Amino acid sequence: MKLRHTGLLIISALVLAACGKGEAPAPKADAPKVTPVAAQAGVIKIGLAAPLTGPQAHIGQDIKNGTQLAIDDANAANIEIGGVKLKFELLAEDDEANPKTATVVAQKLADAKVAGVVGHFNSGASIPASRIYSDAGIPQISPSSTSPTYTNQGYKTTFRLVANDSQQGPAIGNYVVKKLGAKKIAIIDDRTAYGQGLADEVEKTIKAAGGEVVKREFTTDKATDFTAILTTLKGLKPDVIMFGGIDPQAGPMAKQMKSLGINAKFIGGDGWQTPNFIKLAGDAAEGGLASVPGLPKDQMPGGKDFLARFKAKYNVEVELFAPFGYDAVNVFIDAMKRAGSTDPVKFLPEVGKTKINGIIGPIAFDDKGDIKDGPITIFAVKGGKWEPLEIVGGPAK
Amino acid sequence: MDIFLQQIVNGLVLGSVYALVALGYTMVYGIMGLINFAHGEVVMIGALVSITVMQIFFAGAPGLSPVLLVLGALVVAIPVCMAIGYTIERVAYRPLRHAPRLAPLITAIGVSIVLQNLAMMIWGRGYISFPAIFPSGSYDIFGARITAVQIAIVVMAVVIMVALLTLVNKTKMGRAMRATAENPSVAGLMGVNINAVISFTFIIGSALAAIAGMMVSANYGIAHYFMGFMLGLKAFTAAVLGGIGNLKGAVLGGLLLGLIESLGAGYIGQLTGGFLGSHYQDVFAFFVLILVLIFKPSGLIGERVSERA
Repeated sequence: MKLRHTGLLIISALVLAACGKGEAPAPKADAPKVTPVAAQAGVIKIGLAAPLTGPQAHIGQDIKNGTQLAIDDANAANIEIGGVKLKFELLAEDDEANPKTATVVAQKLADAKVAGVVGHFNSGASIPASRIYSDAGIPQISPSSTSPTYTNQGYKTTFRLVANDSQQGPAIGNYVVKKLGAKKIAIIDDRTAYGQGLADEVEKTIKAAGGEVVKREFTTDKATDFTAILTTLKGLKPDVIMFGGIDPQAGPMAKQMKSLGINAKFIGGDGWQTPNFIKLAGDAAEGGLASVPGLPKDQMPGGKDFLARFKAKYNVEVELFAPFGYDAVNVFIDAMKRAGSTDPVKFLPEVGKTKINGIIGPIAFDDKGDIKDGPITIFAVKGGKWEPLEIVGGPAK
Repeated sequence: MDIFLQQIVNGLVLGSVYALVALGYTMVYGIMGLINFAHGEVVMIGALVSITVMQIFFAGAPGLSPVLLVLGALVVAIPVCMAIGYTIERVAYRPLRHAPRLAPLITAIGVSIVLQNLAMMIWGRGYISFPAIFPSGSYDIFGARITAVQIAIVVMAVVIMVALLTLVNKTKMGRAMRATAENPSVAGLMGVNINAVISFTFIIGSALAAIAGMMVSANYGIAHYFMGFMLGLKAFTAAVLGGIGNLKGAVLGGLLLGLIESLGAGYIGQLTGGFLGSHYQDVFAFFVLILVLIFKPSGLIGERVSERA
């Protein structure tokens, strides 16, 4: 209710502004509340929520830089909606990759009446925050969260620009059976929502594609010793070992596989497609395979130009998700233009109908808010670096 | 068969890791009757300090031999841990020496939280990788594989146990330690400087922690501020299993616990028809702890613990 009220105020302010400056005293007379809104009618705040401190700070900062670049571009383009020249502002908040902080930050952004939110980075943060944005009627576009739960909650305000884990799992499974020609596959997961969810999807796909899952083993997201389960797997001689989990486990696991003399290929998801995996596993990382939603950054349709501009502006390389942050802002602006309004109530339905060509490729959402035909790239460690190997899925060319 | 043999080797390596840490617990307990719960955290600090030193040397002189790097790291890490051990005893335990037994237990837990947070502030919350200075290849022994670092861990556990036994049983300081363990007040009357003996015990225990920390992080390739917690609990279990206060018991308990965990994680799935999975590995340690406490509270080769109160 409160929101609709605010929405009306913004609209009326816009209308008044459009009618001409001569009538300016009138709103002051009928409601003092209108004045501050009217004064800010031209300023549109876009929220950003990501980990800006802590071990994932570099990833959050990357998204923030990408988002800021889009805001600067929009301001340079002198966008007018409803006859008002708009000035966009980025309101960046640090969620510390922590679900609890994420809800606090979300409330803060909702209270600041942002028009839309780019974020959060982690699924664990995006999910609890999404409820707050939904209650406030603010559209949320996560540049990176892959948990299927995020868009399965039935909120109309949740969107994402990456393929989710129920799409990533089949991509890995099919790659293992069809491309690697593996017959016997062993699967390990860390029993977290992410690791288990991904491993389950991979197992389903492998079975459907005619592969045999010889063993399903489990560990935890705190373990460092996997020799016991790896030894059991060694006896079963799998062609491929898939691990659903994150790099602190995947690194030592790769190392222990090597020292146990296991020759199976090692594959996983975006949880350990990180430079950290290579650091932790050392030379045992070589040949490791992992899938990541999205195209490799230099193969994105708008990638080369974006990377160059990003580098020129911030003097750092794009880590990973900056282009997604950039596109998220443009999805908002595009929806505002089509709705002819900067009011979330008005332009939210238009976000769902997005059809633009972003830096990351064509962007359109399905009815849940997931990106349609989001591509997935399989990376391999070659010469101590992650190199893109193959692009799976994605829009038909 | 070679799979079973490999599981035994895995268990022995894991057990030696526990044994290295358990020796530190058991030494302090043997002398003071105090469970130094901060010991796991000293191990963690030892690991992080040695990694930092190695990274500095590794960056400065990449051609340095691994042995020199390890020695260099230990030369720094051991004194740092000794200083921490001494400080812990001086600040958290000595003022409470005549307090009820629960009091030092609580300060021990407090110290361990302080050390964890300190490490988090210095090294951050992330996982830190051990520099790749050792060859990652492994040796083949009757079909079972073992790396050079793992061999070093097993050897170190035995060597340190023998060295400690010699220290306690054959030297003058050892006699003072045994006297203090027997009865501190009487030992004091006989001219033993109890404070010095206890400080010495802590310093030696912490030096062991530094070595253990480095070996553990070398084996797994990673270290982080939280690693001391689980390791400490497991090693404590190992010490209790063998009989806390007994040096041979710590090693025996460590090895047994390692074997139980390794074989348990390797075979529990088959034995229970998939009902229990390998992620219950950690549960075995505490299951064993409960069984020991029920049926043989003094441990497998434990000493009489009732004398000290």
